Amino acid sequence: MLSVLTDNWELFRDGFWTTLRLFLVAGVLSLILGTVLAGFRVSPVTALRGIGTGYVNTLRNTPLTLVFSFLFFGAAKTQLSLPTFFWAAVAALTFYTSAFICEVVRAGINTISPGQAEAARAVGMTFMQVLTIVVLPQAFRAIVPPLTSVLIALLKNTTIAAGFSVLEAGAIPAAMAERGENQMLTLVWITIGFLILITPLVFLQRWAERRTAVA
Amino acid sequence: MSDSGTVTTTGLVALTGVNKHFGDLHVLKDINLSINKGEVVVVIGPSGSGKSTLCRAINRLEPIDSGTITLDGQPLPSEGKALANLRADVGMVFQSFNLFAHKTILQNVTLGPLKVRKADPKIVEKRAMELLERVGVANQASKYPAQLSGGQQQRVAIARALAMEPKVILFDEPTSALDPEMIQEVLEVMIDLARQSMTMVVVTHEMGFARSAANRVVFMADGEIVEEASPETFFTNPTSRRAQDFLGKILKH
Repeated sequence: MLSVLTDNWELFRDGFWTTLRLFLVAGVLSLILGTVLAGFRVSPVTALRGIGTGYVNTLRNTPLTLVFSFLFFGAAKTQLSLPTFFWAAVAALTFYTSAFICEVVRAGINTISPGQAEAARAVGMTFMQVLTIVVLPQAFRAIVPPLTSVLIALLKNTTIAAGFSVLEAGAIPAAMAERGENQMLTLVWITIGFLILITPLVFLQRWAERRTAVA
Repeated sequence: MSDSGTVTTTGLVALTGVNKHFGDLHVLKDINLSINKGEVVVVIGPSGSGKSTLCRAINRLEPIDSGTITLDGQPLPSEGKALANLRADVGMVFQSFNLFAHKTILQNVTLGPLKVRKADPKIVEKRAMELLERVGVANQASKYPAQLSGGQQQRVAIARALAMEPKVILFDEPTSALDPEMIQEVLEVMIDLARQSMTMVVVTHEMGFARSAANRVVFMADGEIVEEASPETFFTNPTSRRAQDFLGKILKH
């Protein structure tokens, strides 16, 4: 069983390295974009709320493979060429995942008592200050578990990139089949690989929950 | 009785012809009220009379439908940075304290001066500790709000308002959420402020406070200012029927 992995070590290593990079880059960008969108959705400006709602309803309801297709094939039709397959995949994953993160963050904002924002406004803070200094730090505390779930889903969603010429972990089975390797064992090793990648996320969640707990 | 049109708007806070609806409910009916610098105005009245809404309208936490509200002669801006600037000059103490739950007691007091006034952290912190000392919770400075009693939290909230060096402080039922034994400690801080000529608008059910600290009592019912008088006159000789009823109910026992 081990030989399946050791004989093809470079394939596994490169595949999972690409998966990890996709995950980290798309994860950070999704967190940023998702939080900004959540800000839009609770903002006093009607137009921004509309943009936020429209974005979430569109991206959250579109199958991820379709988002990939739009970016890979649609972008090719327009002159808007994306630099590499890797970055096109990052863009697809970010657009898709940020819609879910927006909703999780917004749910977190809704758990904060309106009195917190009122007190902040009464002190003379601007909307941005109220959001970034008082509301979001408290909201993130409430959303660590669902946020972790969204990030784990993102990690697994990266395998769709294999269908779009990005050689990440999801592309390993096809390469292994060409080499005539055992498919079952290949899948077992890929599963183990994902479990290893996800474990730190689970610990990160526990750490974040403990750190942000207020006595 | 308030009669519109004859009210002078020279006060520090002046409301002229203010109306406000919540749906079909007319919560503020043609309110005219002027509050002078250094004056302590206590607003009393039955539940649902609009007194909290009146208080919250002064720093525009509740937008009004018509009329004008001025602070220091300047009309309230409707939104944005200008409104934030105005609010920085108007302190507010809430019924449910609303201390920032994720910040320590000291940070609760320093946050406004640091983020809104962009003041020097060293000076801000020193002054915050002085204020916490003044309201008697300096020894709790490094704790979080949830670790303090209600009375302590409310005193911190007063210190937080004072840290902004406001022109006026609005108290929206500051003792209504407190256990009886903690009401006095908060009222003492407020009486102390009144003695130092802080301009205060206090919505409260504490008649003892109204008697001892108010310069003027405003009695509201059904969204209207029904009666305005000195506490002495109001409590001993209320002129309106509704004020007589109200006082009869609360002062009987």
